[in-house]
Amino acid sequence: MASLIRRTLLLRTFCRAKRFTCHSQYVHQESAGAERMSNSSKESNETHFGFQTVKESEKADKVYEVFEEVAQSYDKMNDAMSFGIHRLWKDIFVDRLAPSKPCKILDVAGGTGDIAFRIAKYLRNSDGGGITVCDINQAMLDVGRKRASELGFSGMEWLQGNAECLSSIADNTYDSYTIAFGIRNVTHIDKALKEAYRVLKPGGQFMCLEFSQVQNENLRWLYDQYSFQAIPVMGQLIAGQWKAYQYLVESIRQFPNQEEFAGMIERAGFAFVRHENLTFGVVAIHCGHKL
Amino acid sequence: MLKLINGRNWYAACTFRRGIVISSEKFCLKAEASSEEDSSGADNPYFADFQKFHIEASPAQKLVLSIGSAITTLLNPGRPDALGVFGETSGHSALQKMHEKMMASSDGQLILTDKPRINSSTVDLNWLKKLPPNTLGRTYIKFLEENNVTPDSRTPVQFVDDIELAFVMQRYREIHDLVHTVLGMPTNMLGEVAVKWVEGIQTGLPMCVSGAIFGPLRLKPKQRQRYLNSYLPWALSTAANAEFVLNIYFEKRWEQPMGELLKELKIEPFVET
Repeated sequence: MASLIRRTLLLRTFCRAKRFTCHSQYVHQESAGAERMSNSSKESNETHFGFQTVKESEKADKVYEVFEEVAQSYDKMNDAMSFGIHRLWKDIFVDRLAPSKPCKILDVAGGTGDIAFRIAKYLRNSDGGGITVCDINQAMLDVGRKRASELGFSGMEWLQGNAECLSSIADNTYDSYTIAFGIRNVTHIDKALKEAYRVLKPGGQFMCLEFSQVQNENLRWLYDQYSFQAIPVMGQLIAGQWKAYQYLVESIRQFPNQEEFAGMIERAGFAFVRHENLTFGVVAIHCGHKL
Repeated sequence: MLKLINGRNWYAACTFRRGIVISSEKFCLKAEASSEEDSSGADNPYFADFQKFHIEASPAQKLVLSIGSAITTLLNPGRPDALGVFGETSGHSALQKMHEKMMASSDGQLILTDKPRINSSTVDLNWLKKLPPNTLGRTYIKFLEENNVTPDSRTPVQFVDDIELAFVMQRYREIHDLVHTVLGMPTNMLGEVAVKWVEGIQTGLPMCVSGAIFGPLRLKPKQRQRYLNSYLPWALSTAANAEFVLNIYFEKRWEQPMGELLKELKIEPFVET
């Protein structure tokens, strides 16, 4: 009975949000991309690291190294690569999340704290209490913690952990789970989604902001040229890191597109999965609910 | 590994890496010829490091990198990697001339064949400490200690496509402290500018030449007087008269007394006037 009421309430909220694309028809549809990915990794225990093929066991370490190297200049590079537009994407993301007090929010792959700080500001929360930032990389967390103390958010929790296995977090703990520009770096996305489902309370909301596929073919060509020609050069000049930013743009191409990713979210158990494109599909916000 | 000869072959190499092979007969014949004559394969002592650090960049990207890194170095001298990128992307023709100069000398040829490296695992610093004073090895250790530098701080070469030229660049970087030692120049602004003049005139690398020209702009008035009266004239005459620094096989001369070494290299010790 309680779950039926929850379902009805969520359906009403969902119907009002006409800007989202509904994915209920994908519940039983196997998406080709995700199937291809899971088949190849089952056969050879290998996965992609950008355009390279690496052992699954090595990918987490390699990703760790990338972010350890870029941590100090991460925010500067984000501004340079996206001409500051990433700030708008993140503002819109938190606006769609629309958190309300009292709440417990888990921001995964939250490293330098961009989303967490925006949530705290949205909540008019002076010290950031109720928000936990989790990241696998200590260097990124250190940068975030430093920024938090400069901004006065002393109530935030900073947790080092792996999105695929949030062992220190109990079931049904959080009202919202956010992950911005982090899920494409996870070796087993399905595991991360299952963990997200586990740690959310019933009625909880899963929100993901991630690079996705540009819909328009001509724009896609322009975007590819910019990504492969300009971004590694900027990475070398600003951060002294070519290969780390080459990995970043390659990992965007390896990530499933909007519909495939929505299918994966549904297979993890979430309902009312929908997505919204920003900037012609350069990024997409995916949203789902645990019933 | 195919030797990348000019910009067009960058494209062929990129597509080859992605599993698509595009070639013309001319390219195939040239590649075949060069793979027979040179040792750019796995038996080349520099091959492993070259493979590890090499980054493919198109000519357009290299142009942007050279301009961008020049600006970065001017604005932020505390970025040694930016200076390195500038050197690599702007120094192609200078590196070719340096390579020719090395091939024209017997010691230089030996260095190009052996490809010795200078870092804390290839050079026995403890043994050098025990050498008699006034030998090259002992003076080098003294220089490292006094100026608080290590032989491990040289960034690897990333943007030079030819393995031989990449080694020349890497060798130039690794002997920089030894050049300081034989010239007797400390690592302060005056000493660095003097070394840059010598290196710039001998190698022709744009990075050295611009360092030599722009470096003195940061000198204070008193330092500028010393620079103009003593350091600059000495650096210019040393650059002209001395042996080409890349042709000095330092690793075979650790025990050589400094006086004898300087005479052989035709370097006049610096005397401040």
